[in-house]
Amino acid sequence: MSRIAELFKEKKSHVLNVYCTAGYPKLDSTLPIMRALQESGVDLIELGIPYSDPLADGPVIQASSSEAIENGMTLEVLFDQLKELRLPTAEGGLGNQLPVILMGYMNPVLQFGFERFCAKAAEVGVDGIILPDLPAFEFKQHYGTILQKYQLDFIFLVTPETTPERVLQLDSLSSGFLYAVSSSATTGNEQNMDTVSAYLQKLALMPLKNPVLVGFGIKDRKTFLTACEHTAGAIIGSAYIKVLHGNIHYSSVTQHFIHSILHAD
Amino acid sequence: MQTETITQSFVHPDTEGYYGNFGGAYIPEMLYRNVSELREQYLNIIHGADFRKEMESLLRDYVGRPTPLFLSERLGKELNTQLYLKREDLCHTGAHKINNTVGQILLARRLGKTRIIAETGAGQHGVATATVCALKGMECIVYMGEKDIQRQAPNVARMKMLGAKVIPAMSGSRTLKDATNEAIRDWINHPNDTHYIIGSVVGPHPYPDMVARFQSVISEEIRMQLLDKTGSELPTHVVACVGGGSNAAGAFYHFLDEPTVKIVAVEAAGHGIHSGMSAATTQLGKPGILHGSMSLVMQTADGQVTEPHSISAGLDYPGVGPIHANLYKSGRGQFESATDAEALEWAFHVSKTEGIIPALETAHAFAVLPRLGLKPTDRVVVCLSGRGDKDLGTYMQELDRFEK
Repeated sequence: MSRIAELFKEKKSHVLNVYCTAGYPKLDSTLPIMRALQESGVDLIELGIPYSDPLADGPVIQASSSEAIENGMTLEVLFDQLKELRLPTAEGGLGNQLPVILMGYMNPVLQFGFERFCAKAAEVGVDGIILPDLPAFEFKQHYGTILQKYQLDFIFLVTPETTPERVLQLDSLSSGFLYAVSSSATTGNEQNMDTVSAYLQKLALMPLKNPVLVGFGIKDRKTFLTACEHTAGAIIGSAYIKVLHGNIHYSSVTQHFIHSILHAD
Repeated sequence: MQTETITQSFVHPDTEGYYGNFGGAYIPEMLYRNVSELREQYLNIIHGADFRKEMESLLRDYVGRPTPLFLSERLGKELNTQLYLKREDLCHTGAHKINNTVGQILLARRLGKTRIIAETGAGQHGVATATVCALKGMECIVYMGEKDIQRQAPNVARMKMLGAKVIPAMSGSRTLKDATNEAIRDWINHPNDTHYIIGSVVGPHPYPDMVARFQSVISEEIRMQLLDKTGSELPTHVVACVGGGSNAAGAFYHFLDEPTVKIVAVEAAGHGIHSGMSAATTQLGKPGILHGSMSLVMQTADGQVTEPHSISAGLDYPGVGPIHANLYKSGRGQFESATDAEALEWAFHVSKTEGIIPALETAHAFAVLPRLGLKPTDRVVVCLSGRGDKDLGTYMQELDRFEK
């Protein structure tokens, strides 16, 4: 059983997935930040591969990507850093339990070589992949079998504009979980949580094989709890990147931020 | 009109939008509904009798089509060949861009959209979009790189005068590539009421095919005009400049499946192809994904899209339409390039020999003519894609050098 499947078997609600950009704010901050997230009690980490033209992301994440690229982050560097990912926590790794997902865009992955990318990801102990601009058609034609070969989960996105038939199709192609975008909006935008709720309620009634995590627009305890009412949990991205901005005390700011999400004061 | 039954063709993509290995629709799910709506409806709409009637009437009475095919005697004599200029510079707003925006605004209305967004580099597509939005009373938002806004003040003023809102793209390199990203994000955030008018044969399927169809009026007219003037509707060469490649797609369209016609695409070499300051995408790019389609893309070894350079803002794009990537890879098209300096020289030369001040983009197409080994019996058509008024600022800096 994959680490992601293991997680959702153990935990059916209030799963917290936090996004961070590899190589941001410093080139070598990738693993220290992931460790800080783990120590703060997140259930899942979504590690962003920086890209110059991230269409599905908002300005905050794009700015962190640009900075990471300037810092010298590349896929080669990233996989080198991630060699230590599954070391025991005492030796600076995350140990063997916390699932890690790589999120990126197709172009850097294609240049690296799609199969080589999957092989490396599996080798360092990554569990799943999100590529928002990999279409279902090309996934079915070609890429899906490669991901399967390396036993990587692949997570598709759905939006309120996605028809029920298509939600079912994308759910059937996904493994691990299904990523529900809480509005048809790029990340970091203000959301109307009532509309979000109604949409998530509809999703909850569908016969999906995967648990659903909600992304985009989750920024504090209130929005996190709203997202969790109808789904297995939520993903926080831009709000956490803002916390990291200009800060080198990763551990304490991360502890403080994640605490504010998970606990009522 | 060509029928839809042609299968092995350089003109038409397959059902998934691929020209050979290039094209497709690499889009996040947030764009899926908008793009699939367009994909399902665009052919039905543009083949509809009422659409065609309205389109033809606007192209004739508003844009000023057909544009003339002009036999260029002095330059032709100098090049020792029969040289014809397709005068897209005489279109309303001064370039071919409006052929596409007229088509897309009529399409947007039939899709029930009320809000129009567009990206622009030099501002020509932005002006062409703002123009048709004013004509049809539609809300118009144009994204333009913050750097380009500073460089292209007259076109920014034109767009504003036409009632459009110009929003600076502040992300990334703050040029055309980023303006396109911002426009796509706007579309993601407005999934119901908005149509995105892409200005070139780029973007996810069906945009490359749709824009090529709207621009194909250029080669449709060339065929008829050549027949009328020479007794044959086929030229020996068609030459056009390529950035994203919309004027080239339009000028090549009805000749691509005519094997005797040489297709010559001219890219911007900037300071020279290997200078690190170039926009010659087929020479410098590798297969990759930019703005929703697989094509040739200028990028680093790590797959980060790089910033191109050309003196002409309209050719300053790190990608190229998938139709052109396929022409390049298959060998159907001959890809040439001209440097900034050559383009400037030819802009002044064409002005003085023909009395036509061409756009800097267009000047690139002229610059390669001496290298094509043209013969007196050849019939060469150059797509004169736009007029040079917008480039006067650049030309004024060079006046002393070229004045004799």
